[in-house]
Amino acid sequence: MLDNLQTFAGLLPQFGEGILVTLALTFGGGLLALFVAFVLGLGSRARTRWTRVPSRVVVEFFRGTSLVVQIFWLFYVLPLPPFYVELDPMACGIIALGLNYGAYASEVVRGSINSVPKGQWEAATALDLGPVRRMRRVILPQAWPLMIPMFTNLLIQLVKGSALAAYITLHDLNFMIVELRRGTTETVFSYTVGLLIYFAIAYVLTLLMNALEARAKNKVGQGPSLREILRVAPVQTKADVGASTPKPMVTSQLPPTTTDGA
Amino acid sequence: MNDFWSWEHTVAVLPGLLDGLRITILATVVGMVIASTLGLIVAIVRRSRLRLVTFPVGFLVEFIRSTPLLVQLVFANLLFTQFPSLAIGCVVLGIHYATYMSEVYRAGIDAVPRGQWEAAIALDLPKGRTWRAVVLPQAIRNTLPGLGNYAISMFKETPFLAFIYVVEMYAAAQAYGGSNFRYMEAITMVGLLFLLVSYPTSLLVRRLENRLA
Repeated sequence: MLDNLQTFAGLLPQFGEGILVTLALTFGGGLLALFVAFVLGLGSRARTRWTRVPSRVVVEFFRGTSLVVQIFWLFYVLPLPPFYVELDPMACGIIALGLNYGAYASEVVRGSINSVPKGQWEAATALDLGPVRRMRRVILPQAWPLMIPMFTNLLIQLVKGSALAAYITLHDLNFMIVELRRGTTETVFSYTVGLLIYFAIAYVLTLLMNALEARAKNKVGQGPSLREILRVAPVQTKADVGASTPKPMVTSQLPPTTTDGA
Repeated sequence: MNDFWSWEHTVAVLPGLLDGLRITILATVVGMVIASTLGLIVAIVRRSRLRLVTFPVGFLVEFIRSTPLLVQLVFANLLFTQFPSLAIGCVVLGIHYATYMSEVYRAGIDAVPRGQWEAAIALDLPKGRTWRAVVLPQAIRNTLPGLGNYAISMFKETPFLAFIYVVEMYAAAQAYGGSNFRYMEAITMVGLLFLLVSYPTSLLVRRLENRLA
């Protein structure tokens, strides 16, 4: 056991780099997925067929084919004729993860926007807001808290999917587990360490996303603010006071002076 | 153009891919059977009042859910060398998805109205009968769409089995690509076959969802 720990300690710098590679894939893939999700999600509820049909086709294509196939297609097939596009392995990983999970997330975006009550759309129209301002100031702030829990699940899926990167020559956490096993010749030890690190990454990401969710909910007048949650002493929160008389959402979203900085 | 796509290779790779598809579907079905039974057991156990039971089970579920399937597969395959890797693959796939399924069951059980439980107590039904005859039939109805969606996503995760040397569809394509230097047709066809199976299934699940909702 002591030997194993010593070997592990010796490999620690490389392990740190492996974790950084996994995190880079996660954040790169996650940001690309978020972008793809909004483009395709808004695209598939557009009124014109010219944006709706292509969006649906792309979504179904990336949801329907496997992530493994996509990542290896980018890595093995793209450099061959007739494409001759040789991507950096990191770019390969980020693009595959981003497109695959972006397609899943676009369904979340679409569903959440659709579940904003109809009255909110009508109220925005009655206030003569243009389509862009209606989406940005009224609909999205309310759809956003609905999206976050499902985004959290997808982000954890993305972290797990990033383990594939070891097979396209990237030295990520998964690769380091194999290295540690070679160093210690202890399967159980090295995989337990590796899986615990993955678990820790996923756990921290879940906590961060939960904080983001609390903030998003607070902004539309549901639940306490982050500062109130993190405060040690129990205080009467805004949510306790407001709980009996929920404020109408449209008006709370359109104050004459913005209080974003507060 | 000939360089781009060769129909000869497309035809030549197909028999191997269809053999692989059989393994892929086999793994999905066996994995799903394990996942749906184990998931239900986990969901029921997690409702127990004993913290001594719920805490370790809860931790294990969270742990399996948030670590990569790929790493779990390779780990299990190195650990249990005496079993064939297809069997290991099916079991690991089943256990991994059981942790997802248990959440679906939990939601389904929670959605059964309180009145149903109270009615079962009023009728003096024993605990086993309450679950079997009252709660589960209603809960499982709620979980069917979730079950279908996870079956599809499990189907798309079977290529991970290639990394523990199970010759499913993706491994068959890799082998063909490696020996003929034609990855283009092989890997593209795998993607299309996945789409061909999973898209109709997902439409079916969506219809089921609409009918049950």
